[in-house]
Amino acid sequence: MNPVEEMLAQAPYLRLDAELTVELLTRALREEVEKTGFRKVILGVSGGIDSALALFLCARAFGPEGVLAVCMPYRESSPDSLKDAREAVEAVGVESVTVDITPQIDAYFAGFPDASPLRRGNKMARERMSILYDLSAEHQALVIGTSNKTELLLGYGTQHGDMASAVNPLGDLYKTQVRQLSAHLEVPESILKKPPSADLWPDQTDEAELGFSYLEVDRLLHFMVDRRYSRERLVRRGFDPELVDRVHRRVVANQYKRRLPVILKVSGRTIGADFRYPRDWGL
Amino acid sequence: MRVGLAQIRPVLGRVEENLKLHREMIRRAESERVDLLVFPELSLTGYSLKDLTLDVARTLRDESIRRLVGESGRIDLVFGLVEEGPGHLFYNAAVYASEGKIRHVHRKVYLPTYGMFEEARHFARGRSFRSFETRFGRMGLLICEDAWHPSAPYLLVQDGAEFLLVLSNAPAKGMGARGMSAEETWYGLLTNHSLLHGTITFYTNRVGTEDGITFFGGSAAIDPFGRILARGERFEPQLVMIDVNPEDVRLARYQMPMLRDEDLELTAREIERIVKRRSEGRELP
Repeated sequence: MNPVEEMLAQAPYLRLDAELTVELLTRALREEVEKTGFRKVILGVSGGIDSALALFLCARAFGPEGVLAVCMPYRESSPDSLKDAREAVEAVGVESVTVDITPQIDAYFAGFPDASPLRRGNKMARERMSILYDLSAEHQALVIGTSNKTELLLGYGTQHGDMASAVNPLGDLYKTQVRQLSAHLEVPESILKKPPSADLWPDQTDEAELGFSYLEVDRLLHFMVDRRYSRERLVRRGFDPELVDRVHRRVVANQYKRRLPVILKVSGRTIGADFRYPRDWGL
Repeated sequence: MRVGLAQIRPVLGRVEENLKLHREMIRRAESERVDLLVFPELSLTGYSLKDLTLDVARTLRDESIRRLVGESGRIDLVFGLVEEGPGHLFYNAAVYASEGKIRHVHRKVYLPTYGMFEEARHFARGRSFRSFETRFGRMGLLICEDAWHPSAPYLLVQDGAEFLLVLSNAPAKGMGARGMSAEETWYGLLTNHSLLHGTITFYTNRVGTEDGITFFGGSAAIDPFGRILARGERFEPQLVMIDVNPEDVRLARYQMPMLRDEDLELTAREIERIVKRRSEGRELP
Protein backbone atom coordinates (compact mmCIF):
# COMPACT_ATOMS: atom_id res chain seq x y z
CA MET A 1 0.00 0.00 0.00
CA ASN A 2 1.25 3.52 -0.69
CA PRO A 3 1.71 5.90 2.26
CA VAL A 4 -1.47 7.89 1.56
CA GLU A 5 -3.57 4.73 1.42
CA GLU A 6 -1.95 3.54 4.65
CA MET A 7 -2.93 6.77 6.38
CA LEU A 8 -6.49 6.65 5.11
CA ALA A 9 -6.79 3.04 6.21
CA GLN A 10 -6.06 4.28 9.74
CA ALA A 11 -8.55 7.14 9.39
CA PRO A 12 -11.24 6.13 6.87
CA TYR A 13 -13.43 9.03 8.01
CA LEU A 14 -10.88 11.46 6.51
CA ARG A 15 -11.14 9.88 3.07
CA LEU A 16 -12.72 12.06 0.40
CA ASP A 17 -14.40 11.23 -2.86
CA ALA A 18 -11.33 12.56 -4.64
CA GLU A 19 -12.85 13.04 -8.05
CA LEU A 20 -15.92 14.83 -6.76
CA THR A 21 -13.91 16.99 -4.35
CA VAL A 22 -11.56 18.07 -7.12
CA GLU A 23 -14.53 18.90 -9.31
CA LEU A 24 -16.20 20.91 -6.56
CA LEU A 25 -13.02 22.82 -5.71
CA THR A 26 -12.15 23.49 -9.35
CA ARG A 27 -15.58 24.87 -10.17
CA ALA A 28 -15.91 26.93 -7.00
CA LEU A 29 -12.41 28.34 -7.45
CA ARG A 30 -13.14 29.30 -11.04
CA GLU A 31 -16.42 30.95 -10.16
CA GLU A 32 -15.08 32.88 -7.18
CA VAL A 33 -12.17 34.25 -9.23
CA GLU A 34 -14.05 35.02 -12.44
CA LYS A 35 -16.77 36.85 -10.53
CA THR A 36 -14.20 39.40 -9.40
CA GLY A 37 -13.36 40.20 -13.02
CA PHE A 38 -9.89 38.70 -12.77
CA ARG A 39 -8.89 36.30 -15.53
CA LYS A 40 -5.69 35.09 -13.93
CA VAL A 41 -4.45 33.84 -10.59
CA ILE A 42 -1.10 34.04 -8.85
CA LEU A 43 0.28 31.90 -6.06
CA GLY A 44 3.50 31.25 -4.22
CA VAL A 45 4.92 27.79 -4.89
CA SER A 46 7.35 26.53 -2.24
CA GLY A 47 8.02 22.96 -3.28
CA GLY A 48 5.67 21.73 -0.54
CA ILE A 49 2.54 19.69 -0.98
CA ASP A 50 -0.01 22.39 -0.12
CA SER A 51 1.12 24.92 -2.71
CA ALA A 52 1.58 22.06 -5.20
CA LEU A 53 -2.06 20.99 -4.77
CA ALA A 54 -3.23 24.61 -5.00
CA LEU A 55 -1.17 24.98 -8.18
CA PHE A 56 -2.66 21.82 -9.73
CA LEU A 57 -6.19 22.98 -8.89
CA CYS A 58 -5.49 26.42 -10.37
CA ALA A 59 -4.14 24.86 -13.57
CA ARG A 60 -7.32 22.79 -13.88
CA ALA A 61 -9.53 25.81 -13.20
CA PHE A 62 -7.81 28.41 -15.39
CA GLY A 63 -5.61 26.50 -17.82
CA PRO A 64 -1.83 26.90 -17.92
CA GLU A 65 -2.09 30.44 -19.36
CA GLY A 66 -4.28 31.60 -16.47
CA VAL A 67 -1.78 30.88 -13.70
CA LEU A 68 1.41 32.58 -12.56
CA ALA A 69 3.51 30.60 -10.07
CA VAL A 70 6.05 32.47 -7.97
CA CYS A 71 9.05 30.82 -6.31
CA MET A 72 10.55 32.95 -3.55
CA PRO A 73 13.59 31.21 -2.09
CA TYR A 74 15.89 32.57 0.64
CA ARG A 75 19.59 31.71 0.64
CA GLU A 76 19.09 29.19 3.45
CA SER A 77 16.07 27.53 1.83
CA SER A 78 16.65 23.93 0.94
CA PRO A 79 17.81 23.66 -2.69
CA ASP A 80 15.47 20.68 -3.06
CA SER A 81 12.52 22.98 -2.34
CA LEU A 82 13.22 25.10 -5.39
CA LYS A 83 13.85 21.98 -7.48
CA ASP A 84 10.52 20.47 -6.36
CA ALA A 85 8.68 23.74 -6.92
CA ARG A 86 10.03 23.92 -10.47
CA GLU A 87 9.07 20.31 -11.09
CA ALA A 88 5.50 21.03 -9.99
CA VAL A 89 5.40 24.11 -12.22
CA GLU A 90 6.68 22.12 -15.20
CA ALA A 91 4.21 19.32 -14.57
CA VAL A 92 1.28 21.72 -15.15
CA GLY A 93 3.09 23.92 -17.69
CA VAL A 94 2.28 27.31 -16.17
CA GLU A 95 4.36 30.46 -16.31
CA SER A 96 6.61 31.01 -13.32
CA VAL A 97 8.94 33.63 -11.93
CA THR A 98 11.57 33.35 -9.23
CA VAL A 99 12.21 36.19 -6.81
CA ASP A 100 15.11 35.72 -4.40
CA ILE A 101 14.10 37.30 -1.10
CA THR A 102 17.63 37.16 0.36
CA PRO A 103 18.62 40.84 -0.25
CA GLN A 104 15.67 42.41 1.54
CA ILE A 105 15.62 39.87 4.38
CA ASP A 106 19.35 40.22 5.03
CA ALA A 107 19.22 44.01 4.76
CA TYR A 108 16.44 44.13 7.35
CA PHE A 109 18.00 41.70 9.82
CA ALA A 110 21.39 43.41 9.57
CA GLY A 111 19.75 45.80 12.05
CA PHE A 112 18.59 42.89 14.27
CA PRO A 113 21.42 40.36 14.31
CA ASP A 114 19.98 38.49 17.32
CA ALA A 115 16.53 37.89 15.81
CA SER A 116 15.13 34.43 16.57
CA PRO A 117 14.50 31.91 13.78
CA LEU A 118 10.75 32.31 14.38
CA ARG A 119 10.94 36.05 13.93
CA ARG A 120 13.01 35.64 10.78
CA GLY A 121 10.63 33.00 9.46
CA ASN A 122 7.57 35.20 9.96
CA LYS A 123 9.33 38.12 8.28
CA MET A 124 10.09 35.93 5.28
CA ALA A 125 6.48 34.79 5.05
CA ARG A 126 5.31 38.42 5.02
CA GLU A 127 7.98 39.38 2.51
CA ARG A 128 6.62 36.68 0.21
CA MET A 129 3.08 37.92 0.74
CA SER A 130 4.16 41.44 -0.15
CA ILE A 131 5.81 40.23 -3.36
CA LEU A 132 2.73 38.21 -4.33
CA TYR A 133 0.42 41.18 -3.84
CA ASP A 134 2.77 43.44 -5.80
CA LEU A 135 2.87 40.99 -8.70
CA SER A 136 -0.88 40.47 -8.33
CA ALA A 137 -1.45 44.12 -9.24
CA GLU A 138 1.16 44.02 -11.97
CA HIS A 139 -0.32 40.93 -13.66
CA GLN A 140 -3.97 41.53 -12.78
CA ALA A 141 -4.01 38.14 -11.11
CA LEU A 142 -5.84 37.21 -7.93
CA VAL A 143 -3.80 35.77 -5.05
CA ILE A 144 -4.73 32.16 -4.26
CA GLY A 145 -4.14 30.76 -0.78
CA THR A 146 -2.37 27.59 0.21
CA SER A 147 -3.24 27.18 3.92
CA ASN A 148 -4.91 23.89 4.78
CA LYS A 149 -7.51 23.30 7.51
CA THR A 150 -5.01 21.72 9.88
CA GLU A 151 -2.68 24.70 9.93
CA LEU A 152 -5.54 27.20 10.03
CA LEU A 153 -6.99 25.47 13.09
CA LEU A 154 -3.62 25.14 14.80
CA GLY A 155 -2.58 28.65 13.84
CA TYR A 156 0.51 27.14 12.22
CA GLY A 157 0.99 29.95 9.74
CA THR A 158 1.95 33.61 9.61
CA GLN A 159 -0.82 36.15 9.97
CA HIS A 160 -0.69 38.52 6.96
CA GLY A 161 1.98 36.19 5.57
CA ASP A 162 1.25 32.80 4.06
CA MET A 163 -2.28 33.04 5.49
CA ALA A 164 -3.08 36.01 3.24
CA SER A 165 -5.02 35.42 0.02
CA ALA A 166 -8.23 36.32 -1.79
CA VAL A 167 -9.51 32.77 -2.26
CA ASN A 168 -8.20 29.70 -0.47
CA PRO A 169 -9.14 26.38 -2.08
CA LEU A 170 -7.42 24.31 0.64
CA GLY A 171 -8.90 25.87 3.77
CA ASP A 172 -11.42 23.08 4.35
CA LEU A 173 -9.01 20.19 3.72
CA TYR A 174 -6.96 18.60 6.46
CA LYS A 175 -3.31 17.89 5.65
CA THR A 176 -4.11 14.19 5.23
CA GLN A 177 -6.80 15.11 2.70
CA VAL A 178 -4.36 17.43 0.91
CA ARG A 179 -2.12 14.39 0.61
CA GLN A 180 -4.96 12.26 -0.74
CA LEU A 181 -5.96 14.80 -3.39
CA SER A 182 -2.32 15.48 -4.33
CA ALA A 183 -1.73 11.79 -4.93
CA HIS A 184 -4.99 11.64 -6.91
CA LEU A 185 -3.89 14.53 -9.14
CA GLU A 186 -0.44 13.02 -9.56
CA VAL A 187 1.61 15.74 -7.94
CA PRO A 188 5.32 14.85 -8.40
CA GLU A 189 6.45 11.93 -6.24
CA SER A 190 9.28 13.85 -4.53
CA ILE A 191 6.73 16.36 -3.19
CA LEU A 192 4.33 13.65 -2.02
CA LYS A 193 7.07 11.83 -0.18
CA LYS A 194 9.07 14.42 1.71
CA PRO A 195 8.27 15.45 5.28
CA PRO A 196 6.26 18.69 5.42
CA SER A 197 8.36 21.73 6.29
CA ALA A 198 7.81 25.46 6.49
CA ASP A 199 11.44 25.66 5.29
CA LEU A 200 12.03 28.78 7.33
CA TRP A 201 15.28 27.44 8.75
CA PRO A 202 17.52 24.51 7.82
CA ASP A 203 16.24 20.98 8.64
CA GLN A 204 12.96 22.34 10.04
CA THR A 205 10.04 19.92 9.83
CA ASP A 206 6.46 20.73 10.78
CA GLU A 207 5.93 17.52 12.71
CA ALA A 208 9.06 17.92 14.85
CA GLU A 209 8.14 21.51 15.59
CA LEU A 210 4.50 20.76 16.38
CA GLY A 211 5.32 17.69 18.41
CA PHE A 212 2.81 15.39 16.73
CA SER A 213 2.20 13.94 13.29
CA TYR A 214 -0.31 15.43 10.88
CA LEU A 215 -2.22 12.17 10.67
CA GLU A 216 -2.51 12.06 14.45
CA VAL A 217 -3.71 15.64 14.76
CA ASP A 218 -6.04 15.37 11.75
CA ARG A 219 -7.74 12.38 13.34
CA LEU A 220 -8.12 14.33 16.56
CA LEU A 221 -9.34 17.51 14.82
CA HIS A 222 -11.89 15.49 12.87
CA PHE A 223 -13.54 14.34 16.10
CA MET A 224 -12.92 17.57 18.01
CA VAL A 225 -13.99 20.07 15.35
CA ASP A 226 -16.13 18.30 12.77
CA ARG A 227 -17.90 15.95 15.16
CA ARG A 228 -17.74 18.09 18.29
CA TYR A 229 -16.73 15.35 20.67
CA SER A 230 -16.28 16.44 24.27
CA ARG A 231 -12.87 16.05 25.91
CA GLU A 232 -14.13 13.03 27.81
CA ARG A 233 -15.41 11.36 24.66
CA LEU A 234 -12.13 12.05 22.84
CA VAL A 235 -10.18 10.41 25.65
CA ARG A 236 -12.61 7.46 25.65
CA ARG A 237 -11.93 7.09 21.93
CA GLY A 238 -8.27 6.63 22.74
CA PHE A 239 -6.75 10.07 22.20
CA ASP A 240 -3.98 11.01 24.60
CA PRO A 241 -5.48 13.54 27.08
CA GLU A 242 -2.33 15.63 26.95
CA LEU A 243 -2.52 15.86 23.15
CA VAL A 244 -6.22 16.70 23.33
CA ASP A 245 -5.53 19.58 25.70
CA ARG A 246 -2.54 20.88 23.77
CA VAL A 247 -4.38 20.88 20.47
CA HIS A 248 -7.51 22.40 21.97
CA ARG A 249 -5.45 25.20 23.52
CA ARG A 250 -3.81 25.88 20.17
CA VAL A 251 -7.12 26.04 18.33
CA VAL A 252 -8.50 28.51 20.87
CA ALA A 253 -5.35 30.60 21.17
CA ASN A 254 -5.15 31.11 17.41
CA GLN A 255 -8.75 32.16 16.80
CA TYR A 256 -7.55 35.75 16.29
CA LYS A 257 -5.59 34.71 13.21
CA ARG A 258 -8.75 33.43 11.58
CA ARG A 259 -10.72 36.64 12.06
CA LEU A 260 -10.55 40.25 10.93
CA PRO A 261 -9.14 42.79 13.43
CA VAL A 262 -11.42 43.81 16.26
CA ILE A 263 -13.28 47.04 15.57
CA LEU A 264 -14.29 49.17 18.54
CA LYS A 265 -17.95 50.01 18.16
CA VAL A 266 -18.98 53.64 18.22
CA SER A 267 -21.76 54.09 15.65
CA GLY A 268 -25.12 52.46 15.06
CA ARG A 269 -23.83 50.47 12.11
CA THR A 270 -20.41 48.97 12.61
CA ILE A 271 -18.52 46.93 10.06
CA GLY A 272 -18.71 43.30 11.07
CA ALA A 273 -21.25 43.74 13.86
CA ASP A 274 -24.34 45.20 12.20
CA PHE A 275 -23.04 46.06 8.74
CA ARG A 276 -23.07 42.57 7.30
CA TYR A 277 -22.79 41.77 3.64
CA PRO A 278 -21.62 38.73 1.77
CA ARG A 279 -18.04 38.93 0.58
CA ASP A 280 -19.31 38.39 -2.95
CA TRP A 281 -21.47 41.52 -2.68
CA GLY A 282 -21.84 43.20 -6.06
CA LEU A 283 -19.81 40.59 -7.95
CA MET B 1 -47.53 16.85 -18.36
CA ARG B 2 -44.02 18.08 -19.07
CA VAL B 3 -42.24 19.69 -16.15
CA GLY B 4 -39.04 21.72 -16.39
CA LEU B 5 -36.71 22.21 -13.45
CA ALA B 6 -34.80 25.43 -14.01
CA GLN B 7 -31.47 24.62 -12.38
CA ILE B 8 -30.00 28.11 -12.68
CA ARG B 9 -27.13 30.05 -11.16
CA PRO B 10 -28.67 33.27 -9.83
CA VAL B 11 -26.40 36.28 -9.42
CA LEU B 12 -26.20 37.34 -5.79
CA GLY B 13 -28.20 40.49 -5.09
CA ARG B 14 -28.92 41.40 -8.71
CA VAL B 15 -32.63 41.14 -9.35
CA GLU B 16 -32.54 42.65 -12.87
CA GLU B 17 -29.93 40.18 -14.06
CA ASN B 18 -31.83 37.31 -12.53
CA LEU B 19 -35.06 38.42 -14.20
CA LYS B 20 -33.22 38.23 -17.49
CA LEU B 21 -32.01 34.73 -16.59
CA HIS B 22 -35.62 33.76 -15.82
CA ARG B 23 -36.89 35.09 -19.14
CA GLU B 24 -34.21 33.19 -21.06
CA MET B 25 -35.10 29.97 -19.27
CA ILE B 26 -38.83 30.56 -19.89
CA ARG B 27 -38.18 31.01 -23.64
CA ARG B 28 -36.18 27.80 -23.71
CA ALA B 29 -38.81 25.87 -21.76
CA GLU B 30 -41.60 27.18 -23.99
CA SER B 31 -39.75 26.02 -27.08
CA GLU B 32 -39.44 22.59 -25.43
CA ARG B 33 -43.18 22.57 -24.76
CA VAL B 34 -42.80 22.56 -21.00
CA ASP B 35 -46.11 22.94 -19.13
CA LEU B 36 -44.74 23.86 -15.72
CA LEU B 37 -41.36 25.44 -15.03
CA VAL B 38 -40.01 25.43 -11.48
CA PHE B 39 -37.14 27.71 -10.42
CA PRO B 40 -35.13 27.27 -7.20
CA GLU B 41 -35.53 29.04 -3.87
CA LEU B 42 -34.78 32.80 -3.99
CA SER B 43 -34.23 32.46 -7.73
CA LEU B 44 -34.56 36.22 -8.24
CA THR B 45 -32.03 37.19 -5.59
CA GLY B 46 -29.43 34.54 -4.74
CA TYR B 47 -29.05 33.11 -1.26
CA SER B 48 -26.35 34.58 1.00
CA LEU B 49 -27.97 38.00 1.14
CA LYS B 50 -27.42 39.16 4.71
CA ASP B 51 -28.03 42.95 4.71
CA LEU B 52 -28.81 42.88 0.99
CA THR B 53 -32.20 41.43 1.97
CA LEU B 54 -33.61 44.94 2.28
CA ASP B 55 -32.36 45.99 -1.16
CA VAL B 56 -33.61 42.99 -3.13
CA ALA B 57 -37.07 42.78 -1.54
CA ARG B 58 -40.04 43.32 -3.88
CA THR B 59 -43.76 43.51 -3.24
CA LEU B 60 -45.95 41.27 -5.36
CA ARG B 61 -47.33 44.46 -6.95
CA ASP B 62 -43.87 45.50 -8.09
CA GLU B 63 -43.70 46.17 -11.83
CA SER B 64 -40.88 43.67 -12.45
CA ILE B 65 -42.68 40.90 -10.55
CA ARG B 66 -45.90 41.61 -12.45
CA ARG B 67 -44.02 41.38 -15.71
CA LEU B 68 -42.56 38.03 -14.72
CA VAL B 69 -45.98 36.76 -13.65
CA GLY B 70 -47.20 37.99 -17.05
CA GLU B 71 -44.80 35.50 -18.67
CA SER B 72 -47.00 32.65 -17.41
CA GLY B 73 -49.48 32.86 -20.30
CA ARG B 74 -48.48 29.62 -21.96
CA ILE B 75 -46.46 28.03 -19.21
CA ASP B 76 -47.04 27.78 -15.47
CA LEU B 77 -44.18 29.26 -13.44
CA VAL B 78 -42.86 28.86 -9.93
CA PHE B 79 -40.11 31.23 -8.80
CA GLY B 80 -38.53 32.43 -5.58
CA LEU B 81 -38.05 35.94 -4.25
CA VAL B 82 -37.70 38.08 -1.15
CA GLU B 83 -41.28 39.22 -0.80
CA GLU B 84 -42.02 42.43 1.04
CA GLY B 85 -45.38 41.74 2.63
CA PRO B 86 -47.79 43.92 4.60
CA GLY B 87 -46.23 45.75 7.50
CA HIS B 88 -42.84 45.65 5.74
CA LEU B 89 -42.18 42.08 6.76
CA PHE B 90 -39.77 40.29 4.48
CA TYR B 91 -40.44 36.71 3.47
CA ASN B 92 -38.49 34.02 1.70
CA ALA B 93 -41.36 33.31 -0.70
CA ALA B 94 -42.33 31.22 -3.72
CA VAL B 95 -44.93 32.28 -6.26
CA TYR B 96 -47.02 29.97 -8.45
CA ALA B 97 -48.15 31.87 -11.57
CA SER B 98 -50.46 30.67 -14.33
CA GLU B 99 -52.31 32.36 -17.21
CA GLY B 100 -50.71 35.66 -16.26
CA LYS B 101 -51.91 35.62 -12.65
CA ILE B 102 -50.53 34.70 -9.25
CA ARG B 103 -52.36 31.54 -8.14
CA HIS B 104 -50.59 30.92 -4.88
CA VAL B 105 -47.83 32.30 -2.68
CA HIS B 106 -45.99 30.22 -0.12
CA ARG B 107 -43.91 31.96 2.51
CA LYS B 108 -41.18 29.75 3.94
CA VAL B 109 -42.23 28.64 7.38
CA TYR B 110 -39.07 26.98 8.67
CA LEU B 111 -36.18 29.41 8.44
CA PRO B 112 -32.93 27.61 9.15
CA THR B 113 -30.93 29.61 11.67
CA TYR B 114 -28.17 27.34 12.88
CA GLY B 115 -24.73 26.30 11.71
CA MET B 116 -24.08 28.09 8.43
CA PHE B 117 -27.64 29.46 8.10
CA GLU B 118 -29.04 32.74 9.41
CA GLU B 119 -32.41 33.17 7.70
CA ALA B 120 -34.42 34.16 10.76
CA ARG B 121 -32.11 37.16 11.20
CA HIS B 122 -33.58 38.63 8.04
CA PHE B 123 -36.85 36.91 7.17
CA ALA B 124 -40.26 36.81 8.79
CA ARG B 125 -41.74 33.37 9.17
CA GLY B 126 -44.59 32.14 6.96
CA ARG B 127 -47.67 30.92 8.78
CA SER B 128 -49.35 28.29 6.64
CA PHE B 129 -49.09 25.21 4.46
CA ARG B 130 -51.95 25.24 1.94
CA SER B 131 -52.45 23.18 -1.16
CA PHE B 132 -53.91 24.92 -4.21
CA GLU B 133 -55.63 24.01 -7.45
CA THR B 134 -53.79 24.18 -10.80
CA ARG B 135 -54.69 23.05 -14.29
CA PHE B 136 -52.69 19.88 -13.60
CA GLY B 137 -54.19 19.00 -10.23
CA ARG B 138 -53.66 20.11 -6.63
CA MET B 139 -50.18 21.10 -5.61
CA GLY B 140 -48.25 22.10 -2.53
CA LEU B 141 -45.17 24.31 -2.29
CA LEU B 142 -42.27 23.77 0.08
CA ILE B 143 -39.13 25.85 0.36
CA CYS B 144 -35.94 23.97 1.26
CA GLU B 145 -35.96 23.62 5.08
CA ASP B 146 -39.76 23.20 5.04
CA ALA B 147 -39.13 19.76 3.57
CA TRP B 148 -37.13 18.78 6.67
CA HIS B 149 -40.28 18.97 8.79
CA PRO B 150 -42.47 15.88 8.36
CA SER B 151 -45.54 17.92 9.28
CA ALA B 152 -45.15 20.16 6.22
CA PRO B 153 -45.71 17.63 3.41
CA TYR B 154 -48.17 15.83 5.69
CA LEU B 155 -50.37 18.92 5.94
CA LEU B 156 -50.14 19.66 2.23
CA VAL B 157 -51.16 16.12 1.31
CA GLN B 158 -53.99 16.02 3.86
CA ASP B 159 -55.07 19.29 2.26
CA GLY B 160 -55.30 17.58 -1.12
CA ALA B 161 -51.87 17.99 -2.73
CA GLU B 162 -50.94 15.38 -5.32
CA PHE B 163 -47.75 17.13 -6.34
CA LEU B 164 -45.08 18.60 -4.11
CA LEU B 165 -42.88 21.33 -5.51
CA VAL B 166 -39.73 21.80 -3.46
CA LEU B 167 -37.62 24.89 -4.18
CA SER B 168 -34.16 24.59 -2.73
CA ASN B 169 -30.76 26.22 -2.20
CA ALA B 170 -28.94 23.20 -0.84
CA PRO B 171 -25.18 23.54 -0.35
CA ALA B 172 -22.61 20.90 -1.21
CA LYS B 173 -21.27 19.70 2.12
CA GLY B 174 -20.38 16.64 4.11
CA MET B 175 -17.93 15.23 1.57
CA GLY B 176 -16.95 11.67 2.39
CA ALA B 177 -15.36 8.72 0.68
CA ARG B 178 -18.34 8.32 -1.64
CA GLY B 179 -20.13 11.54 -2.49
CA MET B 180 -21.63 14.16 -0.20
CA SER B 181 -23.91 13.46 2.73
CA ALA B 182 -25.98 16.54 1.88
CA GLU B 183 -26.96 15.07 -1.46
CA GLU B 184 -27.80 11.58 -0.20
CA THR B 185 -29.85 13.04 2.63
CA TRP B 186 -31.88 15.19 0.26
CA TYR B 187 -32.72 12.31 -2.08
CA GLY B 188 -33.58 10.12 0.89
CA LEU B 189 -35.89 12.79 2.24
CA LEU B 190 -37.66 13.43 -1.06
CA THR B 191 -37.99 9.76 -1.88
CA ASN B 192 -39.59 9.17 1.51
CA HIS B 193 -42.03 12.03 1.13
CA SER B 194 -43.12 10.78 -2.30
CA LEU B 195 -43.50 7.22 -1.14
CA LEU B 196 -45.25 7.93 2.16
CA HIS B 197 -47.63 10.49 0.74
CA GLY B 198 -48.15 9.11 -2.75
CA THR B 199 -47.07 12.31 -4.45
CA ILE B 200 -45.05 13.23 -7.49
CA THR B 201 -42.32 15.43 -6.09
CA PHE B 202 -40.33 18.00 -8.03
CA TYR B 203 -37.14 19.32 -6.50
CA THR B 204 -35.28 22.27 -8.03
CA ASN B 205 -31.93 23.08 -6.52
CA ARG B 206 -29.68 25.89 -7.73
CA VAL B 207 -26.02 25.75 -8.75
CA GLY B 208 -23.15 28.21 -8.41
CA THR B 209 -20.94 29.46 -5.58
CA GLU B 210 -21.47 32.31 -3.12
CA ASP B 211 -18.83 33.19 -0.53
CA GLY B 212 -17.16 29.84 -1.00
CA ILE B 213 -20.40 27.89 -0.58
CA THR B 214 -21.36 25.84 -3.64
CA PHE B 215 -24.92 24.70 -4.31
CA PHE B 216 -24.95 21.21 -5.76
CA GLY B 217 -27.82 21.23 -8.24
CA GLY B 218 -29.02 17.69 -8.85
CA SER B 219 -32.64 18.79 -9.30
CA ALA B 220 -34.92 15.78 -9.40
CA ALA B 221 -38.36 14.38 -10.05
CA ILE B 222 -39.60 11.46 -7.96
CA ASP B 223 -42.67 9.36 -8.56
CA PRO B 224 -45.16 8.16 -5.89
CA PHE B 225 -43.40 4.78 -5.75
CA GLY B 226 -40.23 6.54 -4.59
CA ARG B 227 -38.40 6.16 -7.88
CA ILE B 228 -36.16 8.96 -9.07
CA LEU B 229 -37.40 9.71 -12.60
CA ALA B 230 -34.81 12.30 -13.52
CA ARG B 231 -31.83 13.88 -11.91
CA GLY B 232 -30.06 17.04 -12.99
CA GLU B 233 -26.32 17.26 -13.18
CA ARG B 234 -24.19 18.34 -10.27
CA PHE B 235 -22.93 21.94 -10.35
CA GLU B 236 -24.05 22.67 -13.95
CA PRO B 237 -26.83 25.06 -14.96
CA GLN B 238 -29.41 22.99 -16.77
CA LEU B 239 -33.04 22.75 -17.78
CA VAL B 240 -34.06 19.33 -16.49
CA MET B 241 -37.18 18.04 -18.23
CA ILE B 242 -39.47 15.21 -17.21
CA ASP B 243 -42.71 13.91 -18.69
CA VAL B 244 -44.79 12.67 -15.80
CA ASN B 245 -48.07 10.87 -15.70
CA PRO B 246 -50.37 12.17 -12.97
CA GLU B 247 -52.18 8.84 -13.33
CA ASP B 248 -49.35 7.38 -11.21
CA VAL B 249 -50.67 9.18 -8.15
CA ARG B 250 -54.03 7.45 -8.56
CA LEU B 251 -52.37 4.07 -8.97
CA ALA B 252 -49.98 4.53 -6.05
CA ARG B 253 -52.69 5.68 -3.71
CA TYR B 254 -54.78 2.63 -4.57
CA GLN B 255 -51.89 0.21 -4.11
CA MET B 256 -50.51 1.93 -1.02
CA PRO B 257 -53.53 3.55 0.63
CA MET B 258 -51.77 5.37 3.45
CA LEU B 259 -53.66 8.55 2.74
CA ARG B 260 -56.99 6.65 2.87
CA ASP B 261 -56.05 4.94 6.11
CA GLU B 262 -54.49 7.93 7.83
CA ASP B 263 -56.53 8.81 10.91
CA LEU B 264 -56.53 12.58 10.68
CA GLU B 265 -58.89 12.98 13.60
CA LEU B 266 -56.71 10.87 15.84
CA THR B 267 -53.73 12.93 14.78
CA ALA B 268 -55.60 16.17 15.47
CA ARG B 269 -56.77 14.92 18.89
CA GLU B 270 -53.32 13.87 19.90
CA ILE B 271 -51.76 17.07 18.63
CA GLU B 272 -54.30 19.11 20.53
CA ARG B 273 -53.52 17.17 23.70
CA ILE B 274 -49.78 17.64 23.23
CA VAL B 275 -50.14 21.34 22.44
CA LYS B 276 -52.23 21.85 25.56
CA ARG B 277 -49.74 19.98 27.69
CA ARG B 278 -46.80 21.94 26.33
CA SER B 279 -48.56 25.29 26.48
CA GLU B 280 -49.01 24.73 30.21
CA GLY B 281 -45.26 25.13 30.38
CA ARG B 282 -44.52 21.45 30.79
CA GLU B 283 -41.48 20.31 28.99
CA LEU B 284 -41.18 17.45 26.57
CA PRO B 285 -41.51 14.18 28.48
